[in-house]
Amino acid sequence: MSMFGQVFVKNNQYKLKGNFHHLTPNTPIRNADDGWKLLGVTNPRDMTYMHSYGGEAIFFESLSQGKLLATRCDGQGCDSQGIIYQPFRIHCPDCLGKNTVIDMTDNAKKTAKIHTFMVCERSGAFNLLNKPIKFINIEFAGVATILMSYLSIGEPSFGMRVVPIFKTSGPTFTILDLSWVPEGTKVEQLPEGFSF
Amino acid sequence: MITFSKQQLKIPRLQRPVYLVTAGQSKFDRAFPDKRTEELCIDAFTMAAKLLDISPAELKRSIHTCYYGHFADHFGDQLLGESVIHDRLGLDPLGNVGVKTGGATGGSTIWEAMKAVASGYSDCVLAMGWERMDEVPTDEGNFLISCAADKDWESPLGHIYTGYYAVMAQRYWQIFGKSEESFRRTLAEISVKHHGYARFNPFAHAPMKITVDDVLKSPVIAYPLRALDCCLMSVGAACTILCDEDTAFKLTKNTKNKPLRIWVAAGSHSLRPADRQHMEIPLLPHETADQYKDLGERFPGGDRYPGFTGFLAARMAAYYGYGMTGITNPLEDLDVVELHDAFTISDVQTYEDVGLRPYGYGRDYVESGDCYHTNPHTGKPGKLPSNLSGGLIGCMHSVGATGIMQTFEIATHIWNRWEEFHGDEKIWKDFNREKPSDWTNLQVVGAKRGMAISHAGVGSHVTSTILMDPDHLIKKDA
Repeated sequence: MSMFGQVFVKNNQYKLKGNFHHLTPNTPIRNADDGWKLLGVTNPRDMTYMHSYGGEAIFFESLSQGKLLATRCDGQGCDSQGIIYQPFRIHCPDCLGKNTVIDMTDNAKKTAKIHTFMVCERSGAFNLLNKPIKFINIEFAGVATILMSYLSIGEPSFGMRVVPIFKTSGPTFTILDLSWVPEGTKVEQLPEGFSF
Repeated sequence: MITFSKQQLKIPRLQRPVYLVTAGQSKFDRAFPDKRTEELCIDAFTMAAKLLDISPAELKRSIHTCYYGHFADHFGDQLLGESVIHDRLGLDPLGNVGVKTGGATGGSTIWEAMKAVASGYSDCVLAMGWERMDEVPTDEGNFLISCAADKDWESPLGHIYTGYYAVMAQRYWQIFGKSEESFRRTLAEISVKHHGYARFNPFAHAPMKITVDDVLKSPVIAYPLRALDCCLMSVGAACTILCDEDTAFKLTKNTKNKPLRIWVAAGSHSLRPADRQHMEIPLLPHETADQYKDLGERFPGGDRYPGFTGFLAARMAAYYGYGMTGITNPLEDLDVVELHDAFTISDVQTYEDVGLRPYGYGRDYVESGDCYHTNPHTGKPGKLPSNLSGGLIGCMHSVGATGIMQTFEIATHIWNRWEEFHGDEKIWKDFNREKPSDWTNLQVVGAKRGMAISHAGVGSHVTSTILMDPDHLIKKDA
């Protein structure tokens, strides 16, 4: 029986377990308008990538623990000293020094509001979110940037106060583990696996 | 806050003049099940040779270096596709390089080609672009395009690029469109215009005679953007040849192609709009800081720049390009433009970024009728017609070729050859397309200067390609 490809790291080397690709035969593409002559062939392929989050790994790990991390430049003399970045940036784009990781969960709970939004009826292949997807871009007090995410409950509007929720049960360890709901939403209304 | 040093704001200067001598393109369509990419590239190259009344073999003898624009290896499932095309064009062992800057790939390819000539490295350079977007189903195509967003922070959110523009559309509509339904109708009018102009272009992928209501009733992709607000996913190729002065005049002697002076400039900004911090608006030559100091009062929320309503990369590409050529007011100094209408909203945003209207007033470029070949309100020529090819919405978005197609279009106007390449019955017949009975000649009469804007991502890379009749330069020492 096949098993999804799984990976762990030991001695700084990727260790692989399970099936990383599945063989599917090529099939001919023929022209129905011209005597079924051969035009081409399908090239099926199913691959699994091994992607490192590098210095952002702590951000994605923390989502599963109900925390929203950001970073701040503390570089002495840097023009960007004190600027808080969400999305999390490992290095300051000005001085390229390593940013300080900060926990901004409380700030998000108290100040997050919708900067802009849209409702997406269609998606590309491999989408895992339920449609329609309510994209929201969120601004926070004291943060220089505006985070893109999605609203799980309710209809978005400009300036709407929202609070973060986290997929702490069965996390995917992707950005999908972070979502938002209108301020005042009850815990029992949250989607499965999410908590405040 | 982004600030610029004096060195960063230096206006680029070419070591010697660069000329565009010819260009060509293939038919554009959603799919070519019966053609390989190399066949489309050879179609484009053969057309470029034909415009100079020489054979492809003769044209090749002048070429010294080649630049190839191809946005997505994963679409065509072919790494080093540039090498395949280079070999099939019979251009080995000349040096060649691939260029990839998302939607701006075509413009960036010409940018690199220009620098090769301007520096003296080569006297004659090929810039060729293509895209093969029909080797996967459309939803997988949307997935592959969404890989041009940040793969950890953005792409998983629906895997659809339209969504990343829809949030801009929503914000722009609220602030500068004042949430008016009339603004939404103006966006739709852009789609009507571009699909309509595509009807007169035999190369175009999506000619349509539609109304504003048709656009507003088309399926929602990512509200407020609907299917007819969005660009096409096309297959096709386009190319151009750039030369130094001696080679340019030699190649064009006794032909209808006058060598055109060409300049290309580029700008960039963060891949993620999320990362865009507030900054002061960089000014174009015809703007003043005073005109924007109360922008936030006139348009509440509009004082965050570029935010989700402007493209800094486009503004910088225009800044450098206008500085290189002496353009002080694009609306007055240019005769025709091709803009990167990936979505109707980005078309409006770009009007402001490149200075066709001040920030906040982009819609007026459409509503005034200035953007039309013939102003629908006055019946007179539009002040600065845009996207007469049909643009990305009506003609094509075969990504690596797009910026080159736009440049081809501008050149045909300045050469006064637009009618020849769009009205010829033989081209329509060869492409198995029916020339409409109301076909209209969209030649911009007397066009001497034009510009094409090539744009990537949600504004990550933008180029401005400016073409001028050498007898109608603005700055004599440009």
